[in-house]
Amino acid sequence: MESEFLSTMALTFKLAAITTAILLFIAIPLASFLVFSKMRFKSIIETIVSMPLVLPPSVLGFYLLLAFSPASAIGNFLTEHGIHLAFSFEGLVIGSVLFSLPFMVHPIQSALAQVPHSIFEASYTLGKSKFETMVRVILPMIRSGLISGITLAFAHTVGEFGVILMIGGNIPDETRVASIAIYDEVESLNYAMAHQYALTLFVVTFSILLLVYTLNKKSLGGIQ
Amino acid sequence: MITIDAKKNLHTATGDLEAHYELSVSNGEFITLFGTSGAGKTTLLRLIAGLEKPDSGIIEVNGDVWFDSARRINLPPQQRSVGFVFQDYALFPSMSVRENLLFAAENEEQRRNVDELIELVELSALSDRHPDTLSGGQKQRVALARALVRRPKILLLDEPLSALDPSMRQKLQDELALIHSKLGVTTLLVSHDITETVKLSDRLASVASGQIEKICSPMEFFSPHALSGKLQLVGEVLKIEKDDPVFIITLLVGSSLVRTVASADEASLLSVGAHAIISTKAFNPILIPVTKRTTSLLI
Repeated sequence: MESEFLSTMALTFKLAAITTAILLFIAIPLASFLVFSKMRFKSIIETIVSMPLVLPPSVLGFYLLLAFSPASAIGNFLTEHGIHLAFSFEGLVIGSVLFSLPFMVHPIQSALAQVPHSIFEASYTLGKSKFETMVRVILPMIRSGLISGITLAFAHTVGEFGVILMIGGNIPDETRVASIAIYDEVESLNYAMAHQYALTLFVVTFSILLLVYTLNKKSLGGIQ
Repeated sequence: MITIDAKKNLHTATGDLEAHYELSVSNGEFITLFGTSGAGKTTLLRLIAGLEKPDSGIIEVNGDVWFDSARRINLPPQQRSVGFVFQDYALFPSMSVRENLLFAAENEEQRRNVDELIELVELSALSDRHPDTLSGGQKQRVALARALVRRPKILLLDEPLSALDPSMRQKLQDELALIHSKLGVTTLLVSHDITETVKLSDRLASVASGQIEKICSPMEFFSPHALSGKLQLVGEVLKIEKDDPVFIITLLVGSSLVRTVASADEASLLSVGAHAIISTKAFNPILIPVTKRTTSLLI
């Protein structure tokens, strides 16, 4: 029982960590695009990024399940190449990335929007490329936005339930994360175990958020 | 030698404007772009730096083509040897003063020269401080030093002193003149301050509605009439009061107020905020030597 608890918690945080890392990688270019691009279809992309905020997780999960199923074109293509996303850890990662996308993109986007344009231009006139400017000048400037994004995306993935239930199910060591485990334990009237999961999630997420907000306040005088 | 002949359609607050800049600048020259706001002075600097693209024309610096619409050449700002000082200084907040300068350095030699530049702008004591702890004048100096690290072919200054108080502005004008004479870097300064223009520039290019209307020495520009007077002062009209049968005009000359009388005809040509020249033409000016007593009176 104890080892099952530990492996479930480990899987939960592994999923959150991987999701957050992938999101950070995607969100910086995506947020820059949303802030600086003058393209016409920008609002469509902005809308898609924000959809998970308002969409029931079951809707996203349902469509992902359809897409992953071998009966669909995408699923068929993936199955042919030996990739099975439905009811697998990899599928959970994709679902979590999509579902937590706005939580990472929005703080970075609003932090980027506050950087004066002349900062970019000053760096360009000093001979620095767009990439170097981003890494050496802009990212340190929007540190608090990055920290907010990382924290929110991580905590949100830890607490995610609907999408995972739809596309992951409840396979130990593969897709059984803490939020699902709580539901499962309650279903089987095992309240003590459910409480162990619930309290752990509560304490861990509370500590992460508290730590980050305290650190951020100290170094930057408030979160952006 | 820098040659600019560039056209650009500008969208200004007062409507569209077909700007056409024609200017050639000798090496080492200090030119001020003088004109009201919205005349297109800053745009010219941005075109030279490559931050904006002309619709057509050519920009050539010492034989290197930076922009040529006919040959489809348009070097990005990174490849143009410019030093740009922005109106808001644009210092990188996460870096100290020294780090801001080191960021600009491209090679070992430039890195070694960073401390010399910090000394030149008198910031040695503050080199480890971050920009948000500096005053406006100090920030301006950091921005200037940072723009000079790469030894640019042109230094572009976009109203760098406009946000400073008068005494700091005066001090920095002196420093700017000193730095220009030491380093001899070709400089374009955007300004609408007469003192600054006269003090610093070799030539003045007056910009209005996206055109360079006149290029001449600053003195020639501000006192265009051939006066026989030996003394003349340029000042800003602060107040026009009717005191029959004459008008009393109050002008700001430098940092002192001057009151003078004018006839109704003369006064009708003046307006508050405009600049005027006071000169003694009909009688000799009174000269008194500056002694300790008069100095204390002046202060």
